[in-house]
Amino acid sequence: MRPVFINVGERTNVTGSAKFRKLVVEGNYSAALDVARQQVEAGAQIIDINMDEGLLDGVVAMRTFLNLIAAEPDIARVPVMIDSSKWEVIEAGLKCVQGKPIVNSISMKEGEQAFRDHAIQCLRYGAAVVVMAFDEVGQADTAARKIEICTRAYNILVNEVGFPPEDIIFDPNIFAVATGIEEHDNYAVDFIEAVKVIKATLPYARVSGGVSNVSFSFRGNEPVRRAIHSVFLYHAINAGMDMGIVNAGDLPVYDDIDPVLREAVEDVILNRPQRTNVSNTERLVDMAPTYKGEKGAARVVDLKWRDAPVGKRIEHALVNGITEYIDADTEEARLSVERPLHVIEGPLMDGMNVVGDLFGSGKMFLPQVVKSARVMKQAVAWLEPFMEAEKAGKPREQAGRILMATVKGDVHDIGKNIVGVVLQCNNYEVIDLGVMVPADRILDAAVEHKVDIIGLSGLITPSLDEMVFVGAEMERRGFDIPLLIGGATTSRTHTAVKIEPAYRRGSTTYVIDASRAVGVVAGLLSPTERARNEAATRDEYIRIREQYARGQEVKARATLAQARENRFRPDPSLPMPGAPSFIGVKAFDAWDLQDLVNHIDWTPFFASWELIGRYPLILEDEIVGEAARDLFKDAQAMLKRIVEEKWFTAKGVVGFWPARAVGDDIAVFSDETRTEEIARFHTLRQQIKKSNGKPNLALSDFVAEEGDDYIGAFAVTAGHGELEIAKRFKDAGDDYSSIMATALADRLAEAFAERLHKEVRTQLWGYMPDEATSVDDLIAEQYQGIRPAPGYPAQPDHTEKATLFRLLNAGVNAGMALTESFAMTPPASVSGLYFGHPGSHYFGVGKIDRDQVEDYARRKGMEVAVVERWLSPILNYDPYAAPRETAA
Amino acid sequence: MTSPLTRPERIAALHAAAKERILVLDGSWGVMIQRRGLNEADFRGDRFVTANGYNEKDQMKGNNDILCITRPDVISDLHDQYFAAGADISETNTFSATTIAQEDYALDAQAVWDINLEGAKLARAAADRWTEKEPHKPRFAAGSIGPLNKMLSMSSDVNDPGARLVTFDQVYEAYRQQVKALNQGGVDLYLIETITDTLNCKACIKAIKDLEDEGLDPLPIWISGTITDRSGRTLSGQTAEGFWNSVRHAKPFAVGFNCALGADLMRPFIAELSRVADTLVAAYPNAGLPNAMGQYDEQPHETAHFIEEWAASGLVNIVGGCCGTTPDHIKHVAEEVAPLKPRAIPERPVALRLSGLEPFELAS
Repeated sequence: MRPVFINVGERTNVTGSAKFRKLVVEGNYSAALDVARQQVEAGAQIIDINMDEGLLDGVVAMRTFLNLIAAEPDIARVPVMIDSSKWEVIEAGLKCVQGKPIVNSISMKEGEQAFRDHAIQCLRYGAAVVVMAFDEVGQADTAARKIEICTRAYNILVNEVGFPPEDIIFDPNIFAVATGIEEHDNYAVDFIEAVKVIKATLPYARVSGGVSNVSFSFRGNEPVRRAIHSVFLYHAINAGMDMGIVNAGDLPVYDDIDPVLREAVEDVILNRPQRTNVSNTERLVDMAPTYKGEKGAARVVDLKWRDAPVGKRIEHALVNGITEYIDADTEEARLSVERPLHVIEGPLMDGMNVVGDLFGSGKMFLPQVVKSARVMKQAVAWLEPFMEAEKAGKPREQAGRILMATVKGDVHDIGKNIVGVVLQCNNYEVIDLGVMVPADRILDAAVEHKVDIIGLSGLITPSLDEMVFVGAEMERRGFDIPLLIGGATTSRTHTAVKIEPAYRRGSTTYVIDASRAVGVVAGLLSPTERARNEAATRDEYIRIREQYARGQEVKARATLAQARENRFRPDPSLPMPGAPSFIGVKAFDAWDLQDLVNHIDWTPFFASWELIGRYPLILEDEIVGEAARDLFKDAQAMLKRIVEEKWFTAKGVVGFWPARAVGDDIAVFSDETRTEEIARFHTLRQQIKKSNGKPNLALSDFVAEEGDDYIGAFAVTAGHGELEIAKRFKDAGDDYSSIMATALADRLAEAFAERLHKEVRTQLWGYMPDEATSVDDLIAEQYQGIRPAPGYPAQPDHTEKATLFRLLNAGVNAGMALTESFAMTPPASVSGLYFGHPGSHYFGVGKIDRDQVEDYARRKGMEVAVVERWLSPILNYDPYAAPRETAA
Repeated sequence: MTSPLTRPERIAALHAAAKERILVLDGSWGVMIQRRGLNEADFRGDRFVTANGYNEKDQMKGNNDILCITRPDVISDLHDQYFAAGADISETNTFSATTIAQEDYALDAQAVWDINLEGAKLARAAADRWTEKEPHKPRFAAGSIGPLNKMLSMSSDVNDPGARLVTFDQVYEAYRQQVKALNQGGVDLYLIETITDTLNCKACIKAIKDLEDEGLDPLPIWISGTITDRSGRTLSGQTAEGFWNSVRHAKPFAVGFNCALGADLMRPFIAELSRVADTLVAAYPNAGLPNAMGQYDEQPHETAHFIEEWAASGLVNIVGGCCGTTPDHIKHVAEEVAPLKPRAIPERPVALRLSGLEPFELAS
């Protein structure tokens, strides 16, 4: 791997920049700030600040400049290097920076005691240090002296002061070569040798240096100086030099330097035996004038990786997700081995192992890994015909076979697909049964394919019950293989309390996200670790169950009667939303996709790829920024095609009706006479005990019991075409684009809901005709009125969607349907009610008690047991507790 | 009353408790004190009618910290309410008890010293009462060290970006006194909280470490910054990871965020910190964002729901509440997190990590 090298900006150094010195001496700090800003803009990752100038009061200048920098976020972004030979200037600087800076420098020049004191102060202020190779005797010039001083300093810092070794940076002194003095000829070699030993023997310590010193004798001839810097750095960096004070933007690429000049410079730097009858120094001095004024060579596109051996090329393509050359490289690899299978087992798996390691250590991120998988699949697809032809070919060795499915009634599969890809990258065979898979089909397939593990996924709450059912069926049919549980609605507590007890013969494990999946699967399939892992999980779940049971007993709730007494009463002085522009429903056949693109909330999009952070800041994030930018670029490119080629159709329907609250329900009427009730929405009321006058809310509180009030409803989808597109990519082996298409369809559906709500507020219902909200405000929900959806906290009952869909005639008007678990199809869909009252707001119903469940069942005309099943996640009691005891 | 445990035993118990469960801090003090409806005379007590540089026509009402001296009954009662709600740790009522912050009330250094000393004693006594009552669940007193109303990284004058109202040395000296008094009063740990300017916090860290070098009992340090809005930055402009790199040299017992945001908006920043901090992570958000009347609407179960999710996601080791939260919020929070495992402290690769406003890492 190419070593990392950090350029420290040198232009805010009065000893290194005449221009900066002049500005500071004149007191022209605003122009001095511009110098700092330009450096950061040009890519300096750290800026060195030095005010050691006879005409200046160093303490004042340092304090003034650092305080000014603190007010400039575009400069203060990067750490500073507080550079002075005077401790009082350094300390003045340390008192002005809120970040963690580097102190440049401390040394044993004044003895061990001062060195120790200064190091302790740096530790107290929270700074890393540059330690000069300087002791009581003087500055180290030979490699041996440099190593001796640095080793001594390291031992004092690490063993006596307790300084973190990773915060130590040695400056073993770069001195000028080619001075004409023979003793100086080996200075660059001495430095490079010292770097090697320091890096090898002083763990975690870093090496830095002021590079421009080395070429001091050629001042006035910048092209030659730059060539010297470039050659010197080439060797010093390969020896392990980590950072340097250097204007790196100016440096020519080592390979681009004129070969004649490069050889002459190299002879000087490396102090090689002279080639002619003149010394190396004289030879370089002689040729130097010819290069004066030469311009730096242009940078070339880096395709150097194409020159590497085929195995390395495949690794590079996998790590960087490049498909361009993979067919040719795979073919070349195939021709070099005995059997096509060996390409998979050799270079391809080697490359994927590198990807796995980088992902595991946080250096690659999910979107990049999924891209790697695309390259892998393409390579395997190239090999397949050859493997087919090779009849005697044995099946490929896999680490294990995992069956994955989204359970019956649920249609969401982004998370499941990502887990599948990650597992495949780690050499597991994945059998993906897709979405809405009934238990018997899952278990039949598990038997047929002799799988090692079953993984279940689900996003909506009814899926939790279906997972319990699958677990119970596994128990009944005598399975003993591990069961994995994942998906947005699942939790460790639910898995421990509900699923694991249903499946006693095998183990059940909750997997929090895709990055954990490989570790969990490996742990469960390891012959040596499996028993221990399963026992640990079992113990943990027993504890969770006990704690959960304890937690259940103490949660006192208000009675339903008390809660109703404490209902929310809208402020009568607030204006009612008034009559909508029409009564009945209105369908939208094909909403302009470009308009929806402009309303996308990107933060959840990144979250669906496990990149956590707020858009747009995430794009600049130090760690995930690059992955986020690449993902965003790919998303934008696909969105463009989605819009231009009309991949998806956005259909929706919206309706308004006269309405009236009746207890905790909302009666919906066909027209203004309010005589014919065409539907009734049932709502649930908070039963938490409230203090200081807070109401116990139900959605019905936002509709008036008397007078002319209204309710709205909507169902929108951006998912027409989604499944076909996703499948097309998947069949082509491109999981990355497949997942991307699904994720974008989801975002467009959400954007549609947000966009339509705006239309409702300003036009269709029209209670806020003058609302001026930006897209950001929309995402932050800064407006009047709400659009709660059944299955979400304000109304956790998914079955209410049936009423909603019937009223809207969503099947005909928007081509949408409900599964038996009340998941919407197409999957990229959103629906909900509209409340326009200015007092309406989102809330969570929280846990409810038996009295409300019985009342609710009566109002809905459903069996109590059925209601309990749908509302099981929010019950404040265990409906099975009593019967189970009597049965036992 | 003598403490049921010695100080080293209490510190060991704190470390042990943090290993085994998610610890719960108390909630807001401001809103609870406000509910008591105290008047000017309550705040003044006998001592501050005219003395201590206090001017008769000035208002002392609102200087909550002074109640440590003038209404210790109110403060003790609040500690009790929060411990009864299930808090493991309660904070001293000394958020603004520095000579710099108390200049607003013209209090002298002796009065400020006494607030810290008495505040620490009240919290100590309350924690001891509860530890004695429930020895299986020892309670702890955290010395609250608030930000100052004067910042070291921010200009005090729009026309002069380099201007500062205080110097590092003044801030250092003010914190030094507070730390000494809190320590002497018997706190179990320091809680440097609501940090709006990391440089102020660094002055406090230096004060603590220097005092320890001079022989003061070392205590665990909990550092809690404040992300002021959705940009994910502290008021002085740092990102979560930049902030962590700036304070890690304190070797804190815990690091986290509090105040300014409700739990829903705080989550990404806690998640970020949870990823990078190789120490305990603590979070105590406000009860949502204030409404138009400046009041907090988020209900106890709502706050608890968010925090339960953090805990279930393995993001936190210590939770609690800030502005707008009440003993009821803390009760709900404590119940929700009780069955959940504390976050496992990640081991990060050794690397040179620096920061400006943003983090810098030179990986090996």
